[in-house]
Amino acid sequence: MFEILVFATLNGLVTGLLLFMLASGLTLIFSMMGVLNFAHASLYMLGAYFAYSISLYLGFWLGLLIAPLLVGVLGALIERYGLRRVHQHGHVAELVFTFGLAFLIDEAVQFFWGPDTKNYQSPDVLDFPLFTLFGQEFSAYRGFMIGISVLIFIGLYRLLTRSRVGIIIQAAITHPHTVANLGHNVPLIFMAVFGVGSALAGVAGVIAGPVLTTFPGMAAVLGSIVFVIVVIGGLGSLAGALIASLLIGLLQSYAIASNLGVADLLNLLGLEFSRDHPLTDLWTLTLPQIAPILPYLLLILVLIFRPTGLLGNREQ
Amino acid sequence: MSESTANMLEVKNLHAYYGKSHILQGVSFKVQEGEIVSLLGRNGVGRSTTVKTIMGEVAPQGSIIFKGKEIAGKPSYEIANLGLGYVPENRDIFPTLTVRENLLLGVKGATSSGRWSIDEVFGMFPNLGARADVHGGVLSGGEQQMLCMCRTLMGDPDMIMIDEPTEGLAPKVVEQVGTLLQEIANRGVAILLVEQKLSIAMKISQRVYVMGHGQVVYEGDPQSLLGSESIRKEWLEV
Repeated sequence: MFEILVFATLNGLVTGLLLFMLASGLTLIFSMMGVLNFAHASLYMLGAYFAYSISLYLGFWLGLLIAPLLVGVLGALIERYGLRRVHQHGHVAELVFTFGLAFLIDEAVQFFWGPDTKNYQSPDVLDFPLFTLFGQEFSAYRGFMIGISVLIFIGLYRLLTRSRVGIIIQAAITHPHTVANLGHNVPLIFMAVFGVGSALAGVAGVIAGPVLTTFPGMAAVLGSIVFVIVVIGGLGSLAGALIASLLIGLLQSYAIASNLGVADLLNLLGLEFSRDHPLTDLWTLTLPQIAPILPYLLLILVLIFRPTGLLGNREQ
Repeated sequence: MSESTANMLEVKNLHAYYGKSHILQGVSFKVQEGEIVSLLGRNGVGRSTTVKTIMGEVAPQGSIIFKGKEIAGKPSYEIANLGLGYVPENRDIFPTLTVRENLLLGVKGATSSGRWSIDEVFGMFPNLGARADVHGGVLSGGEQQMLCMCRTLMGDPDMIMIDEPTEGLAPKVVEQVGTLLQEIANRGVAILLVEQKLSIAMKISQRVYVMGHGQVVYEGDPQSLLGSESIRKEWLEV
Protein backbone atom coordinates (compact mmCIF):
# COMPACT_ATOMS: atom_id res chain seq x y z
CA MET A 1 0.00 0.00 0.00
CA PHE A 2 2.74 2.44 1.02
CA GLU A 3 4.77 1.76 -2.14
CA ILE A 4 1.71 2.38 -4.32
CA LEU A 5 1.17 5.67 -2.50
CA VAL A 6 4.79 6.76 -3.01
CA PHE A 7 4.79 5.99 -6.72
CA ALA A 8 1.33 7.45 -7.25
CA THR A 9 2.58 10.62 -5.57
CA LEU A 10 5.68 10.79 -7.76
CA ASN A 11 3.69 10.17 -10.95
CA GLY A 12 1.09 12.69 -9.80
CA LEU A 13 3.86 15.24 -9.30
CA VAL A 14 5.19 14.61 -12.82
CA THR A 15 1.74 15.08 -14.36
CA GLY A 16 0.87 18.01 -12.10
CA LEU A 17 4.06 19.93 -12.84
CA LEU A 18 3.69 19.26 -16.55
CA LEU A 19 0.14 20.59 -16.41
CA PHE A 20 1.41 23.62 -14.52
CA MET A 21 3.91 24.42 -17.25
CA LEU A 22 0.98 24.67 -19.65
CA ALA A 23 -1.38 26.35 -17.21
CA SER A 24 1.18 28.97 -16.12
CA GLY A 25 1.53 30.33 -19.65
CA LEU A 26 -2.21 30.26 -20.19
CA THR A 27 -3.00 32.04 -16.93
CA LEU A 28 -0.25 34.64 -17.46
CA ILE A 29 -1.67 35.48 -20.88
CA PHE A 30 -5.20 35.59 -19.49
CA SER A 31 -4.14 37.91 -16.64
CA MET A 32 -2.62 40.42 -19.03
CA MET A 33 -4.99 40.38 -21.94
CA GLY A 34 -8.18 38.81 -20.67
CA VAL A 35 -7.86 36.29 -23.50
CA LEU A 36 -8.39 32.57 -23.00
CA ASN A 37 -6.04 31.23 -25.64
CA PHE A 38 -7.67 28.11 -27.08
CA ALA A 39 -4.58 27.50 -29.20
CA HIS A 40 -2.35 27.12 -26.13
CA ALA A 41 -2.40 23.31 -26.13
CA SER A 42 -1.76 23.32 -29.87
CA LEU A 43 1.44 25.29 -29.20
CA TYR A 44 2.34 22.59 -26.66
CA MET A 45 1.89 19.99 -29.39
CA LEU A 46 3.98 22.05 -31.81
CA GLY A 47 6.76 22.05 -29.19
CA ALA A 48 6.78 18.25 -29.20
CA TYR A 49 6.76 18.02 -33.01
CA PHE A 50 9.45 20.68 -33.47
CA ALA A 51 11.60 18.90 -30.88
CA TYR A 52 11.01 15.55 -32.58
CA SER A 53 12.17 16.90 -35.96
CA ILE A 54 15.15 18.72 -34.45
CA SER A 55 16.14 15.64 -32.43
CA LEU A 56 16.43 13.62 -35.68
CA TYR A 57 19.30 15.86 -36.78
CA LEU A 58 20.70 17.57 -33.70
CA GLY A 59 19.68 15.32 -30.81
CA PHE A 60 17.27 15.72 -27.88
CA TRP A 61 19.10 18.44 -25.97
CA LEU A 62 19.30 20.94 -28.82
CA GLY A 63 15.64 20.17 -29.47
CA LEU A 64 14.88 21.08 -25.84
CA LEU A 65 16.59 24.42 -26.43
CA ILE A 66 15.48 25.32 -29.96
CA ALA A 67 11.88 24.03 -30.08
CA PRO A 68 10.57 26.24 -27.21
CA LEU A 69 12.36 29.22 -28.77
CA LEU A 70 10.61 28.57 -32.09
CA VAL A 71 7.24 28.18 -30.36
CA GLY A 72 7.92 31.36 -28.35
CA VAL A 73 8.70 33.36 -31.49
CA LEU A 74 5.61 31.94 -33.17
CA GLY A 75 3.54 32.93 -30.12
CA ALA A 76 4.95 36.48 -30.21
CA LEU A 77 4.11 36.74 -33.93
CA ILE A 78 0.57 35.44 -33.26
CA GLU A 79 0.10 38.22 -30.67
CA ARG A 80 1.68 40.95 -32.79
CA TYR A 81 0.01 40.24 -36.12
CA GLY A 82 -3.10 38.33 -35.03
CA LEU A 83 -4.50 38.98 -31.57
CA ARG A 84 -3.49 42.64 -31.41
CA ARG A 85 -5.46 43.35 -34.59
CA VAL A 86 -8.43 41.28 -33.48
CA HIS A 87 -8.38 42.85 -29.99
CA GLN A 88 -10.27 46.00 -31.09
CA HIS A 89 -13.27 43.84 -32.01
CA GLY A 90 -13.68 42.51 -28.45
CA HIS A 91 -13.23 39.29 -26.52
CA VAL A 92 -15.58 37.18 -28.63
CA ALA A 93 -13.52 37.91 -31.74
CA GLU A 94 -10.36 37.03 -29.79
CA LEU A 95 -11.84 33.72 -28.64
CA VAL A 96 -12.95 32.84 -32.17
CA PHE A 97 -9.48 33.77 -33.44
CA THR A 98 -7.64 31.50 -30.98
CA PHE A 99 -10.20 28.73 -31.57
CA GLY A 100 -9.58 28.92 -35.32
CA LEU A 101 -5.85 29.03 -34.74
CA ALA A 102 -6.04 25.79 -32.75
CA PHE A 103 -7.73 24.07 -35.70
CA LEU A 104 -5.18 25.54 -38.09
CA ILE A 105 -2.21 24.31 -36.05
CA ASP A 106 -3.74 20.87 -35.56
CA GLU A 107 -4.36 20.53 -39.30
CA ALA A 108 -0.87 21.85 -40.10
CA VAL A 109 0.67 19.24 -37.79
CA GLN A 110 -1.18 16.47 -39.62
CA PHE A 111 -0.24 17.98 -42.99
CA PHE A 112 3.48 18.25 -42.29
CA TRP A 113 4.08 15.32 -39.95
CA GLY A 114 1.26 12.94 -40.88
CA PRO A 115 -1.46 11.37 -38.73
CA ASP A 116 0.69 8.60 -37.22
CA THR A 117 2.46 8.60 -33.87
CA LYS A 118 6.08 9.76 -34.01
CA ASN A 119 8.93 7.80 -32.52
CA TYR A 120 10.11 10.67 -30.31
CA GLN A 121 12.29 9.16 -27.60
CA SER A 122 13.80 10.41 -24.38
CA PRO A 123 17.60 10.77 -24.58
CA ASP A 124 19.72 7.66 -23.98
CA VAL A 125 21.65 9.44 -21.23
CA LEU A 126 18.44 9.50 -19.12
CA ASP A 127 17.45 5.95 -20.00
CA PHE A 128 18.15 4.37 -16.62
CA PRO A 129 16.27 3.94 -13.37
CA LEU A 130 16.86 6.93 -11.10
CA PHE A 131 16.13 4.77 -8.07
CA THR A 132 14.46 1.50 -7.21
CA LEU A 133 11.99 1.50 -4.36
CA PHE A 134 10.04 -1.53 -3.15
CA GLY A 135 11.24 -3.34 -6.26
CA GLN A 136 9.82 -0.68 -8.62
CA GLU A 137 11.94 1.54 -10.82
CA PHE A 138 11.47 5.29 -11.17
CA SER A 139 12.99 6.41 -14.47
CA ALA A 140 15.61 9.14 -14.60
CA TYR A 141 13.60 10.87 -17.35
CA ARG A 142 10.63 11.31 -15.02
CA GLY A 143 13.02 12.73 -12.41
CA PHE A 144 14.32 15.07 -15.09
CA MET A 145 10.74 16.16 -15.87
CA ILE A 146 10.17 17.02 -12.22
CA GLY A 147 13.51 18.84 -12.01
CA ILE A 148 13.03 20.99 -15.10
CA SER A 149 9.43 21.86 -14.10
CA VAL A 150 10.52 22.95 -10.62
CA LEU A 151 13.40 24.98 -12.08
CA ILE A 152 11.07 26.74 -14.48
CA PHE A 153 8.59 27.47 -11.70
CA ILE A 154 11.32 28.96 -9.48
CA GLY A 155 12.71 30.96 -12.41
CA LEU A 156 9.29 32.28 -13.37
CA TYR A 157 8.41 33.12 -9.76
CA ARG A 158 11.67 35.00 -9.24
CA LEU A 159 11.32 36.80 -12.56
CA LEU A 160 7.80 37.94 -11.71
CA THR A 161 8.37 38.92 -8.09
CA ARG A 162 12.01 40.00 -7.84
CA SER A 163 12.97 41.55 -11.15
CA ARG A 164 12.16 44.98 -12.54
CA VAL A 165 10.63 43.34 -15.61
CA GLY A 166 8.41 41.26 -13.31
CA ILE A 167 7.26 44.35 -11.43
CA ILE A 168 6.39 46.06 -14.71
CA ILE A 169 4.46 42.95 -15.85
CA GLN A 170 2.55 42.74 -12.55
CA ALA A 171 1.62 46.41 -12.77
CA ALA A 172 0.69 46.18 -16.46
CA ILE A 173 -1.73 43.34 -15.68
CA THR A 174 -3.93 45.59 -13.56
CA HIS A 175 -3.04 49.15 -14.70
CA PRO A 176 -1.88 49.10 -18.34
CA HIS A 177 -2.60 52.82 -18.94
CA THR A 178 -0.70 53.94 -15.86
CA VAL A 179 2.29 51.79 -16.78
CA ALA A 180 2.28 53.25 -20.31
CA ASN A 181 2.13 56.78 -18.86
CA LEU A 182 5.32 55.99 -16.94
CA GLY A 183 7.11 55.33 -20.23
CA HIS A 184 6.87 51.55 -20.54
CA ASN A 185 5.95 50.03 -23.90
CA VAL A 186 2.94 47.97 -22.80
CA PRO A 187 2.16 46.38 -26.21
CA LEU A 188 5.77 45.13 -26.35
CA ILE A 189 5.40 43.72 -22.81
CA PHE A 190 2.18 41.95 -23.85
CA MET A 191 3.90 40.47 -26.90
CA ALA A 192 6.82 39.27 -24.79
CA VAL A 193 4.50 37.68 -22.21
CA PHE A 194 2.57 35.92 -24.96
CA GLY A 195 5.88 34.72 -26.41
CA VAL A 196 7.16 33.46 -23.04
CA GLY A 197 3.81 31.81 -22.25
CA SER A 198 3.91 30.05 -25.63
CA ALA A 199 7.53 29.01 -25.09
CA LEU A 200 6.53 27.46 -21.73
CA ALA A 201 3.87 25.44 -23.56
CA GLY A 202 6.61 24.48 -26.02
CA VAL A 203 8.89 23.26 -23.20
CA ALA A 204 6.02 21.20 -21.82
CA GLY A 205 5.54 19.65 -25.26
CA VAL A 206 9.24 18.88 -25.65
CA ILE A 207 9.52 17.04 -22.35
CA ALA A 208 6.07 15.41 -22.47
CA GLY A 209 6.41 14.16 -26.06
CA PRO A 210 8.54 11.09 -25.27
CA VAL A 211 6.35 10.06 -22.28
CA LEU A 212 2.81 10.87 -23.40
CA THR A 213 3.60 10.02 -27.06
CA THR A 214 3.81 12.52 -29.88
CA PHE A 215 0.69 12.26 -32.00
CA PRO A 216 -1.80 14.73 -33.56
CA GLY A 217 -4.32 14.25 -30.74
CA MET A 218 -1.94 15.20 -27.94
CA ALA A 219 -3.24 18.79 -27.82
CA ALA A 220 -6.81 17.58 -27.31
CA VAL A 221 -5.73 15.21 -24.50
CA LEU A 222 -4.33 17.98 -22.29
CA GLY A 223 -6.07 21.03 -23.72
CA SER A 224 -9.36 20.75 -21.91
CA ILE A 225 -7.72 19.74 -18.61
CA VAL A 226 -5.53 22.85 -18.73
CA PHE A 227 -8.64 25.02 -18.99
CA VAL A 228 -10.12 23.14 -16.06
CA ILE A 229 -6.96 23.94 -14.08
CA VAL A 230 -6.99 27.68 -14.70
CA VAL A 231 -10.66 27.84 -13.71
CA ILE A 232 -10.15 25.72 -10.56
CA GLY A 233 -7.03 27.70 -9.59
CA GLY A 234 -8.80 31.00 -10.20
CA LEU A 235 -8.52 32.78 -13.55
CA GLY A 236 -5.30 34.76 -13.64
CA SER A 237 -3.77 33.36 -10.45
CA LEU A 238 -0.36 31.76 -10.96
CA ALA A 239 -0.25 30.27 -7.46
CA GLY A 240 -3.81 28.98 -7.94
CA ALA A 241 -2.73 27.34 -11.21
CA LEU A 242 0.14 25.58 -9.41
CA ILE A 243 -2.14 24.26 -6.65
CA ALA A 244 -4.81 23.14 -9.12
CA SER A 245 -2.23 21.47 -11.40
CA LEU A 246 -0.75 19.47 -8.53
CA LEU A 247 -4.21 18.69 -7.17
CA ILE A 248 -5.41 17.28 -10.48
CA GLY A 249 -2.14 15.50 -11.20
CA LEU A 250 -2.21 13.79 -7.80
CA LEU A 251 -5.95 13.12 -7.86
CA GLN A 252 -5.75 11.34 -11.21
CA SER A 253 -2.62 9.47 -10.23
CA TYR A 254 -4.11 8.22 -6.93
CA ALA A 255 -7.34 7.23 -8.69
CA ILE A 256 -5.47 5.24 -11.32
CA ALA A 257 -3.28 3.54 -8.73
CA SER A 258 -6.14 2.58 -6.43
CA ASN A 259 -8.21 -0.58 -6.71
CA LEU A 260 -11.26 0.92 -5.04
CA GLY A 261 -14.68 1.05 -6.62
CA VAL A 262 -17.47 3.59 -6.31
CA ALA A 263 -19.32 1.09 -4.07
CA ASP A 264 -16.37 1.04 -1.64
CA LEU A 265 -16.48 4.83 -1.38
CA LEU A 266 -20.23 4.77 -0.78
CA ASN A 267 -19.72 2.12 1.89
CA LEU A 268 -17.22 4.41 3.59
CA LEU A 269 -20.00 6.99 3.76
CA GLY A 270 -22.26 4.36 5.32
CA LEU A 271 -24.36 3.92 2.17
CA GLU A 272 -25.15 0.48 0.82
CA PHE A 273 -27.07 -0.55 -2.27
CA SER A 274 -28.39 -3.89 -3.35
CA ARG A 275 -27.11 -5.62 -6.50
CA ASP A 276 -30.45 -5.41 -8.31
CA HIS A 277 -30.69 -1.62 -8.02
CA PRO A 278 -31.23 0.14 -11.39
CA LEU A 279 -28.02 2.13 -10.84
CA THR A 280 -25.83 -0.93 -10.26
CA ASP A 281 -23.66 -0.12 -13.26
CA LEU A 282 -22.73 3.18 -11.70
CA TRP A 283 -21.27 1.81 -8.47
CA THR A 284 -19.56 -1.15 -9.97
CA LEU A 285 -17.28 1.37 -11.68
CA THR A 286 -13.72 1.43 -10.31
CA LEU A 287 -11.73 4.58 -9.53
CA PRO A 288 -9.19 3.94 -12.33
CA GLN A 289 -12.16 3.87 -14.71
CA ILE A 290 -13.48 7.25 -13.59
CA ALA A 291 -10.02 8.89 -13.21
CA PRO A 292 -10.29 10.82 -16.53
CA ILE A 293 -13.51 12.56 -15.46
CA LEU A 294 -12.32 13.49 -11.96
CA PRO A 295 -10.90 16.90 -13.05
CA TYR A 296 -14.29 17.79 -14.51
CA LEU A 297 -16.12 16.65 -11.36
CA LEU A 298 -13.75 18.85 -9.36
CA LEU A 299 -14.48 21.71 -11.76
CA ILE A 300 -18.22 21.35 -11.17
CA LEU A 301 -17.72 21.32 -7.40
CA VAL A 302 -15.51 24.43 -7.56
CA LEU A 303 -17.98 26.24 -9.81
CA ILE A 304 -20.81 25.45 -7.37
CA PHE A 305 -19.05 26.22 -4.09
CA ARG A 306 -16.32 28.68 -5.09
CA PRO A 307 -17.01 30.15 -8.54
CA THR A 308 -13.98 32.45 -8.39
CA GLY A 309 -11.65 29.43 -8.17
CA LEU A 310 -9.32 28.55 -5.31
CA LEU A 311 -7.25 31.76 -5.37
CA GLY A 312 -9.12 33.91 -7.86
CA ASN A 313 -10.66 37.29 -7.16
CA ARG A 314 -14.11 38.33 -8.20
CA GLU A 315 -13.81 40.67 -11.14
CA GLN A 316 -14.61 44.26 -10.21
CA MET B 1 15.60 82.61 -26.66
CA SER B 2 12.90 82.46 -29.35
CA GLU B 3 9.31 81.84 -28.28
CA SER B 4 9.13 78.40 -29.93
CA THR B 5 12.05 77.04 -27.88
CA ALA B 6 10.76 78.66 -24.67
CA ASN B 7 7.49 76.79 -25.08
CA MET B 8 7.54 73.47 -23.27
CA LEU B 9 4.02 72.55 -24.36
CA GLU B 10 1.79 74.20 -26.92
CA VAL B 11 -1.73 72.94 -27.52
CA LYS B 12 -3.53 74.36 -30.55
CA ASN B 13 -7.19 73.89 -31.43
CA LEU B 14 -7.46 70.53 -29.67
CA HIS B 15 -10.65 68.51 -30.14
CA ALA B 16 -11.55 65.17 -28.53
CA TYR B 17 -14.60 62.93 -28.47
CA TYR B 18 -16.01 60.26 -26.15
CA GLY B 19 -18.11 58.29 -28.60
CA LYS B 20 -20.29 60.94 -30.24
CA SER B 21 -19.90 63.45 -27.40
CA HIS B 22 -17.72 66.37 -28.46
CA ILE B 23 -15.78 66.96 -25.21
CA LEU B 24 -12.90 69.23 -26.21
CA GLN B 25 -14.00 71.90 -28.67
CA GLY B 26 -10.84 73.66 -29.74
CA VAL B 27 -8.67 73.99 -26.61
CA SER B 28 -5.54 76.13 -27.00
CA PHE B 29 -2.95 77.04 -24.37
CA LYS B 30 0.75 76.87 -23.69
CA VAL B 31 3.17 76.18 -20.85
CA GLN B 32 6.70 77.59 -20.95
CA GLU B 33 9.90 76.06 -19.59
CA GLY B 34 9.97 75.97 -15.79
CA GLU B 35 6.54 77.62 -15.54
CA ILE B 36 3.68 76.65 -13.23
CA VAL B 37 0.36 76.94 -15.05
CA SER B 38 -3.06 75.98 -13.73
CA LEU B 39 -5.98 74.72 -15.75
CA LEU B 40 -9.13 75.56 -13.79
CA GLY B 41 -12.83 74.98 -14.23
CA ARG B 42 -15.88 73.23 -12.88
CA ASN B 43 -16.43 69.49 -13.06
CA GLY B 44 -17.23 68.19 -16.53
CA VAL B 45 -15.76 71.09 -18.55
CA GLY B 46 -13.01 68.91 -20.03
CA ARG B 47 -9.97 69.64 -17.82
CA SER B 48 -9.11 65.96 -17.18
CA THR B 49 -9.94 65.04 -20.78
CA THR B 50 -7.48 67.72 -21.91
CA VAL B 51 -4.54 66.14 -20.04
CA LYS B 52 -5.63 62.61 -20.99
CA THR B 53 -5.75 63.67 -24.63
CA ILE B 54 -2.30 65.28 -24.42
CA MET B 55 -1.02 62.04 -22.88
CA GLY B 56 -2.46 59.94 -25.71
CA GLU B 57 -5.13 58.19 -23.63
CA VAL B 58 -7.91 59.83 -25.67
CA ALA B 59 -7.60 60.21 -29.46
CA PRO B 60 -6.69 63.83 -30.29
CA GLN B 61 -7.63 66.05 -33.19
CA GLY B 62 -5.51 69.19 -33.44
CA SER B 63 -1.94 69.99 -32.60
CA ILE B 64 0.04 69.17 -29.44
CA ILE B 65 3.66 70.30 -29.58
CA PHE B 66 5.94 69.20 -26.73
CA LYS B 67 9.56 70.40 -26.70
CA GLY B 68 9.20 71.38 -30.37
CA LYS B 69 7.84 67.98 -31.48
CA GLU B 70 4.33 67.13 -32.59
CA ILE B 71 3.08 64.43 -30.18
CA ALA B 72 -0.59 64.24 -31.18
CA GLY B 73 -1.43 60.61 -32.00
CA LYS B 74 1.73 59.15 -30.46
CA PRO B 75 1.35 56.30 -27.95
CA SER B 76 1.48 57.23 -24.25
CA TYR B 77 4.80 55.53 -23.53
CA GLU B 78 6.55 57.49 -26.30
CA ILE B 79 5.14 60.76 -24.96
CA ALA B 80 6.30 59.85 -21.44
CA ASN B 81 9.75 58.99 -22.75
CA LEU B 82 10.00 62.41 -24.40
CA GLY B 83 9.88 63.87 -20.87
CA LEU B 84 6.19 64.55 -20.19
CA GLY B 85 5.02 63.20 -16.83
CA TYR B 86 1.38 62.66 -15.86
CA VAL B 87 -0.14 62.14 -12.43
CA PRO B 88 -3.72 60.92 -12.93
CA GLU B 89 -6.69 62.08 -10.90
CA ASN B 90 -7.48 58.64 -9.46
CA ARG B 91 -4.00 58.17 -7.88
CA ASP B 92 -3.42 54.95 -9.76
CA ILE B 93 -0.83 53.47 -7.43
CA PHE B 94 -0.19 49.74 -7.75
CA PRO B 95 -1.78 48.42 -4.54
CA THR B 96 -0.11 44.99 -4.49
CA LEU B 97 3.40 46.37 -5.06
CA THR B 98 5.46 47.89 -2.27
CA VAL B 99 6.11 51.63 -1.99
CA ARG B 100 9.68 51.09 -3.23
CA GLU B 101 8.47 48.98 -6.18
CA ASN B 102 5.91 51.65 -7.05
CA LEU B 103 8.72 54.21 -7.21
CA LEU B 104 10.99 51.85 -9.18
CA LEU B 105 8.27 51.56 -11.82
CA GLY B 106 8.59 55.27 -12.50
CA VAL B 107 12.29 54.97 -13.34
CA LYS B 108 12.91 54.86 -17.07
CA GLY B 109 15.68 52.51 -18.13
CA ALA B 110 17.53 50.33 -15.65
CA THR B 111 18.82 53.01 -13.29
CA SER B 112 17.79 56.41 -12.07
CA SER B 113 20.16 59.24 -12.96
CA GLY B 114 17.86 62.25 -13.14
CA ARG B 115 16.89 65.09 -10.83
CA TRP B 116 15.30 62.73 -8.28
CA SER B 117 16.32 59.59 -6.41
CA ILE B 118 14.37 57.16 -4.25
CA ASP B 119 16.47 58.02 -1.18
CA GLU B 120 15.74 61.69 -1.71
CA VAL B 121 11.99 60.99 -1.91
CA PHE B 122 12.19 59.02 1.35
CA GLY B 123 14.09 61.97 2.89
CA MET B 124 11.40 64.43 1.80
CA PHE B 125 8.55 62.15 2.92
CA PRO B 126 9.70 60.11 5.94
CA ASN B 127 6.28 58.40 6.05
CA LEU B 128 6.95 56.83 2.66
CA GLY B 129 10.49 55.88 3.72
CA ALA B 130 9.21 54.17 6.85
CA ARG B 131 6.79 52.16 4.71
CA ALA B 132 9.17 51.43 1.83
CA ASP B 133 8.44 47.71 1.93
CA VAL B 134 4.71 47.99 2.66
CA HIS B 135 2.09 47.44 -0.05
CA GLY B 136 0.97 50.72 -1.63
CA GLY B 137 -2.67 49.80 -1.09
CA VAL B 138 -2.48 50.33 2.68
CA LEU B 139 -1.24 53.95 2.50
CA SER B 140 -3.52 56.85 3.41
CA GLY B 141 -4.99 59.01 0.63
CA GLY B 142 -2.38 61.72 1.20
CA GLU B 143 0.49 59.24 1.19
CA GLN B 144 -0.85 57.66 -2.00
CA GLN B 145 -0.95 61.09 -3.64
CA MET B 146 2.68 61.78 -2.65
CA LEU B 147 3.70 58.32 -3.88
CA CYS B 148 1.91 58.85 -7.18
CA MET B 149 3.60 62.22 -7.74
CA CYS B 150 7.02 60.96 -6.69
CA ARG B 151 6.66 57.88 -8.91
CA THR B 152 6.21 60.15 -11.93
CA LEU B 153 9.18 62.28 -10.82
CA MET B 154 11.39 59.15 -10.82
CA GLY B 155 11.15 59.23 -14.62
CA ASP B 156 12.82 62.69 -14.54
CA PRO B 157 10.21 64.54 -16.63
CA ASP B 158 10.85 68.07 -17.97
CA MET B 159 7.19 68.84 -17.50
CA ILE B 160 4.56 67.24 -15.28
CA MET B 161 0.77 67.38 -15.59
CA ILE B 162 -1.02 66.80 -12.28
CA ASP B 163 -4.75 66.19 -12.16
CA GLU B 164 -6.52 67.31 -8.93
CA PRO B 165 -3.69 66.49 -6.50
CA THR B 166 -5.52 67.97 -3.50
CA GLU B 167 -8.90 66.31 -4.06
CA GLY B 168 -10.21 64.80 -0.82
CA LEU B 169 -7.07 65.58 1.21
CA ALA B 170 -6.84 67.16 4.68
CA PRO B 171 -5.62 70.82 4.78
CA LYS B 172 -2.26 69.80 6.26
CA VAL B 173 -1.65 67.32 3.44
CA VAL B 174 -2.72 69.93 0.88
CA GLU B 175 0.08 72.10 2.26
CA GLN B 176 2.55 69.25 1.75
CA VAL B 177 1.38 68.87 -1.85
CA GLY B 178 1.97 72.62 -2.34
CA THR B 179 5.51 72.32 -0.92
CA LEU B 180 6.30 69.42 -3.24
CA LEU B 181 4.96 71.33 -6.25
CA GLN B 182 7.23 74.25 -5.35
CA GLU B 183 10.19 71.89 -5.05
CA ILE B 184 9.38 70.39 -8.46
CA ALA B 185 9.32 73.88 -9.99
CA ASN B 186 12.58 74.83 -8.22
CA ARG B 187 14.29 72.02 -10.09
CA GLY B 188 13.27 73.50 -13.42
CA VAL B 189 10.34 71.22 -14.14
CA ALA B 190 7.33 72.90 -15.77
CA ILE B 191 3.96 72.10 -14.15
CA LEU B 192 0.45 71.99 -15.55
CA LEU B 193 -1.82 71.84 -12.51
CA VAL B 194 -5.41 70.79 -13.14
CA GLU B 195 -7.65 71.95 -10.31
CA GLN B 196 -11.22 72.70 -9.45
CA LYS B 197 -10.43 74.62 -6.27
CA LEU B 198 -8.53 77.87 -6.43
CA SER B 199 -6.60 77.68 -3.12
CA ILE B 200 -3.31 76.03 -4.02
CA ALA B 201 -3.40 77.02 -7.71
CA MET B 202 -3.63 80.73 -6.87
CA LYS B 203 -0.68 80.54 -4.48
CA ILE B 204 1.84 78.87 -6.76
CA SER B 205 0.80 79.48 -10.39
CA GLN B 206 2.38 82.08 -12.66
CA ARG B 207 -0.49 81.89 -15.14
CA VAL B 208 -3.96 80.38 -15.10
CA TYR B 209 -6.39 79.21 -17.75
CA VAL B 210 -10.10 78.71 -17.04
CA MET B 211 -12.07 76.17 -19.05
CA GLY B 212 -15.78 76.08 -19.81
CA HIS B 213 -17.81 74.01 -22.29
CA GLY B 214 -14.72 72.26 -23.69
CA GLN B 215 -12.83 75.47 -24.43
CA VAL B 216 -10.47 77.88 -22.72
CA VAL B 217 -12.60 80.86 -21.69
CA TYR B 218 -10.06 82.92 -19.72
CA GLU B 219 -6.32 83.39 -19.62
CA GLY B 220 -4.43 85.56 -17.17
CA ASP B 221 -2.38 85.66 -13.99
CA PRO B 222 -3.77 84.65 -10.59
CA GLN B 223 -4.12 88.27 -9.40
CA SER B 224 -6.25 89.26 -12.41
CA LEU B 225 -8.45 86.22 -11.93
CA LEU B 226 -8.91 87.01 -8.26
CA GLY B 227 -9.83 90.54 -9.28
CA SER B 228 -12.31 89.41 -11.90
CA GLU B 229 -15.39 88.48 -9.94
CA SER B 230 -17.57 88.04 -13.04
CA ILE B 231 -15.26 85.38 -14.50
CA ARG B 232 -15.10 83.50 -11.20
CA LYS B 233 -18.87 83.62 -10.80
CA GLU B 234 -19.58 82.53 -14.35
CA TRP B 235 -17.00 79.78 -14.73
CA LEU B 236 -15.67 78.66 -11.34
CA GLU B 237 -17.93 79.13 -8.36
CA VAL B 238 -20.52 76.51 -7.65
